[in-house]
Amino acid sequence: MELERVSEEELEQIEKNHWWTQLKRMAKDWRLYVMFLPLAFVFFCWKYLPLSGLLIGFENYNQAAGVATSRLVGLEWFQRLIFGDMAADFWSAFRNTFVISFYGLIFGFPFPIILALLFSEIKNNYYRSVVQIFCYLPKFVSIVVITTITICILKPATGNSGAGPLAAFFDTIGFIKESDVEEGIARDPEYFRAMYQITGIWETGGYSSIVYFAAIIGISPTSYEAARIDGANKMAQIKYVTFPGIASTLTIMLILEIGHLLTVGYEKVLLLTGNGSAPNLATGEVVTSFVYRISLGSQGGLQSMGGAADLLNAVIAMLLVLGSNQIARRVSSTSLY
Amino acid sequence: MEKNLDISEIIFKIFAYLFVTIFALLCLYPFIFVLSASFSGERALDLGQVFLFPVDFQTVAFGAIIADDHFWISYTNTLFITLYGTLWSMITSMLGAYALSKKRLVFRRQLNFLLVFTMWFSAGMVPTYLNYLDTQNVLNAIAITDNKWLIVLAMGTSAYNVILLRNAFEGVPKEIEEAATVDGASEFQIFKNVYVPMSKATIATVALFFGISRWNGYFWARQMLSEESNARPLQVYIRSILEKYVDSSGSEPAPFPYECSPYAFVYAMIVCAIIPIVIIYPFIQKYFAVGVNLGGVKE
Repeated sequence: MELERVSEEELEQIEKNHWWTQLKRMAKDWRLYVMFLPLAFVFFCWKYLPLSGLLIGFENYNQAAGVATSRLVGLEWFQRLIFGDMAADFWSAFRNTFVISFYGLIFGFPFPIILALLFSEIKNNYYRSVVQIFCYLPKFVSIVVITTITICILKPATGNSGAGPLAAFFDTIGFIKESDVEEGIARDPEYFRAMYQITGIWETGGYSSIVYFAAIIGISPTSYEAARIDGANKMAQIKYVTFPGIASTLTIMLILEIGHLLTVGYEKVLLLTGNGSAPNLATGEVVTSFVYRISLGSQGGLQSMGGAADLLNAVIAMLLVLGSNQIARRVSSTSLY
Repeated sequence: MEKNLDISEIIFKIFAYLFVTIFALLCLYPFIFVLSASFSGERALDLGQVFLFPVDFQTVAFGAIIADDHFWISYTNTLFITLYGTLWSMITSMLGAYALSKKRLVFRRQLNFLLVFTMWFSAGMVPTYLNYLDTQNVLNAIAITDNKWLIVLAMGTSAYNVILLRNAFEGVPKEIEEAATVDGASEFQIFKNVYVPMSKATIATVALFFGISRWNGYFWARQMLSEESNARPLQVYIRSILEKYVDSSGSEPAPFPYECSPYAFVYAMIVCAIIPIVIIYPFIQKYFAVGVNLGGVKE
């Protein structure tokens, strides 16, 4: 009994000591905390404070009362969003988001891998770096410029100008639908996904290959030599040497991609759909652009419902990121977080 | 080349050269087209005669832009936002990343978690909008009425960039820091004279990332600044010109006031918007490979 009491006291002593040393260490390193302060301020004000705004999803928010004092309405907005009058729009946006991401996985994801593989095949260093510089460039051009060029070259003839060159070209080879001669390919729901993926590959395809290229040139040339001696042709070399060599990079990038299935950028979607007014919104609408339209856009005003959709979106997105990370850790012992 | 290649390897090599060259040209072509189209005449553009070089050479489009006050206002706004925004982001991120890179920092794990958490979970559009409105009010209350400062201060924080910097600082050998401490260098001196010079490549890359995202910033600037605001940056102005003269949703575009094609006008503006990027780009692209290797977000 006595013994136990003493050891408990000792433990407490140790703990206090521990706490005390920590504080002393902090005091000694106060300069580090001062250096950290500006970043903490930025993240607190503009990353963590906004989280409190998610409360409006449970409120009947109005501007005058503010987030803190608006009337609570419970799950009413969520109910309307998931089952009620907005459900059709919300779920179609949800579905579109997944479809766009899924096409991105099929077309956008393998492209940079293939490109990196082909880059590594070019042994002339000078030529390769020139080509690589060209391929990375579109990544640094703004999405406004990219969508502006896309819209201009696909535009039908209007009162003050003729048709865009690509639209005219499609017209001459007869590829274009009758209705699109007037309305324009860029606004046709049928072509939105193709347009989105092609501009996406053009924009990021080259740049995303950097990671894979770094992994591929990290593979020892002797592995290839050994495979050659064993009589492996090029395809077999890729399959048995290159592919295992970049497997961990590939896993990480795939985690990132799957984790971001739900975060299709609203910027590009809004720019390509005329801020949500063009007919191609039918296939282009994603969750975030839906939120924009109902809450911030010109016919918006349903800010509470927007907040509710934001919260749903954020929670599902986080589960996706953490889930895919967990799976990767199990399957390949590679994980990002 | 002394080693004799298998037939499949030769075919693959030829394919690689072909494919990569074609893709590189495709990446470059839109810029060439935009440049020549901005100098081309209205008829040539309407008939789709412009491919590589300007047809019916004109400089009306650039002349109209140079005479356009709104263009210059938006251009200087973008320069302002890019300069001060990059500076603000770099100072906060570098100092913070330096602190986070120290093993001896108490609560290091917790602080790093708070950083990474913002990559998993973000508030979304409406809360962010409300937050920016609040920020705007606070800034107005302390007599900062120029909305450019809202963009500079509030937008463009990036956990990813902080992590890149933190990893670079972690890569600096500890012995050098110890030697500097023995010589009596203060914390800030060590940061300035040891860590910054030794992480130049990553710092350059992150500065490029911040700078480009500032230069290209569009959505929130458009959302937070009214149509008449004098703080609107270039990207917002380009889009408004496009919506007015070329692609006005549904309705017929406005009659174009200048003696050239509206396309040429828009293209000329695009040329002005990418010139700074194209100028800086070659100097900084050699650092990319260093900067983009993520690998270690985790602790």
